[in-house]
Amino acid sequence: MSAFSATMGRPFSGAARTAIVVVAVAVAVALASLLPEGNPLHVSAFVVSLSGKYLAYAMLALAVDLVWGFAGILTLGHAAFFALGGYAMGMYLMREIGARGVYGNANLPDFMIFLSWNRLPWYWWGSDHWAWALLLVFAVPGLLAGLFGWLAFRSRVSGVYLSIITQALTYALMLAFFQNGLGFGGNNGLTDFKDILGADLHAASTRAMLLVVTAVALAGALLAARFVVGGRFGHLLIAVRDAESRTRFLGYRPEQVKLLVWVFSAMIAGLGGALYVTQVGIINPGEFAPANSIESVIWVAVGGRGTLSGAVLGAVLVNFGKTLFTAWLPAFWLYGLGLLFVVTTLFLPNGLMGLRRPVRALPAAEVTPEVSNVEGGEA
Amino acid sequence: MSDAPLLELRDVSVAFDGFRAINNLSLSLRPGELRAIVGPNGAGKTTMMDIITGKTRPDTGIVRFRGHDLTQLDEPSIARMGIGRKFQKPTVFEALTVRENLVLSLRGLRTPFAVLMARLSGEERERVDHLLGVIRLTEHADRRAGGMSHGQKQWLEIGMLLGQEPDLLLVDEPVAGMTDAETMATADLLREINRTRSVVVVEHDMDFVRALDVTVTVLHEGSVLSEGALDVVSADPRVIEVYLGR
Repeated sequence: MSAFSATMGRPFSGAARTAIVVVAVAVAVALASLLPEGNPLHVSAFVVSLSGKYLAYAMLALAVDLVWGFAGILTLGHAAFFALGGYAMGMYLMREIGARGVYGNANLPDFMIFLSWNRLPWYWWGSDHWAWALLLVFAVPGLLAGLFGWLAFRSRVSGVYLSIITQALTYALMLAFFQNGLGFGGNNGLTDFKDILGADLHAASTRAMLLVVTAVALAGALLAARFVVGGRFGHLLIAVRDAESRTRFLGYRPEQVKLLVWVFSAMIAGLGGALYVTQVGIINPGEFAPANSIESVIWVAVGGRGTLSGAVLGAVLVNFGKTLFTAWLPAFWLYGLGLLFVVTTLFLPNGLMGLRRPVRALPAAEVTPEVSNVEGGEA
Repeated sequence: MSDAPLLELRDVSVAFDGFRAINNLSLSLRPGELRAIVGPNGAGKTTMMDIITGKTRPDTGIVRFRGHDLTQLDEPSIARMGIGRKFQKPTVFEALTVRENLVLSLRGLRTPFAVLMARLSGEERERVDHLLGVIRLTEHADRRAGGMSHGQKQWLEIGMLLGQEPDLLLVDEPVAGMTDAETMATADLLREINRTRSVVVVEHDMDFVRALDVTVTVLHEGSVLSEGALDVVSADPRVIEVYLGR
């Protein structure tokens, strides 16, 4: 058993440590933000919400890594699940505004009055209850992923074809959410939030709390992901990733294996999106933009595909770089990001985590054609 | 031993783009039998295995395993019924260790949720340790399968086949790329396996087939050309013509 657990722990043992570090840093930043302004350790509200945003993105990266790094599904549409989770949370936050909106209607969000709607659409029912909103945060991305994955995997769509369909999915959702008639605020999305669970969203204490909650959620997602990929199921995922058809002859159904991790991943992305919205204060159709999904793949590649901690590291570092870069040289950010991706692909195939120890990613020569197609598609 | 065949193919045909890869093939295997199948390239040996394991659906004909029709089932269902397959090119999960490969092959848990909740039981660990001994990879148990030699991968795949505990093993060119000593050891291993399971082995290597010392079926252009002991079929003029040409 000892030898077995040693191999099990090899690539994943960092996940628990990363979870602890994430929570510790978030608590420190949150506490520092509560210090009086004159204190040298005080951090601004901007830094708090920025940190929260990074951690929410890290959840998206973790979700992408689960399916791409461990199951070999190069998703180019995962931001769709992130945005859907965000919209589910946004609906609740809209209802929390109540009668404090511009039009002062306690039941209808402003944009609906603007559209001359006089009743709440059925899919907004119950959205004023936080528990229902929380359920939607998981259920909507989970159900969509379930339907999409079931159709795609049972038809044995894989490689670049699957990547293209995921991209189409998020693009189609973006176009749909731009429609005013869909009932999600169209172009403007959902914004101007006031409260969450009765606490003022603009208060320093609420922001500090949200950062800590996001960190705890990320830590929980990390540990859950470690449970999924750390044992026999994780080995099965890698088997499916590298030699899918072989697993069928062992009696496994790879489409079911992929569906399970795909739905789980979409739920993590949805939770990340929900927490993102609480801290950024807006959700609009731009979150479905294909470029967002592609960026999330780059975070994972930079951090280290196939390592859970790598996904978190990549998301935080690349977004930190983005914050700095867009402040100094906004016009060059996309070139910088592209260069980063090229450099990573050429010199760091296992990302930053590859610098520390060998990971379970395969050298190119050993990868099955199906997987190498995916590699080719991304370059 | 009952008279009912374990595996029966009757008048099976399949064509790819008009090319008849399998042409009215009939073949019957008794329970407990070890059968060697030989034939020149393109004779339909691998296609026959594809049909039995559900990878290819025949255009016409009957394929029965213990009386069950296999033509309507997919690969996982057929594998779960007790037919294991070793591929021509050794296909092991290279990123996993030898031991992890064997654990995945073990008969039992197959649904995703069951695998997710699975913890290695003492019984399973013993089974894996036993398999490691059989395929002589005990000291490489915790090394990556991708780092094994070609012959070791072949043996690992046979070990995975045994882990499935199938009633019937389909073994495609197990000694390709093996040294003479490895070839003979593999023949011994297959005979050993045959004591408890039925085996169909496809092979080009005549020394290996001779070492197995079993009934040989010669395939040619998708049908059975000759069947019998190796000495008998190798004296068959039609077989000589196919192998040596005119």
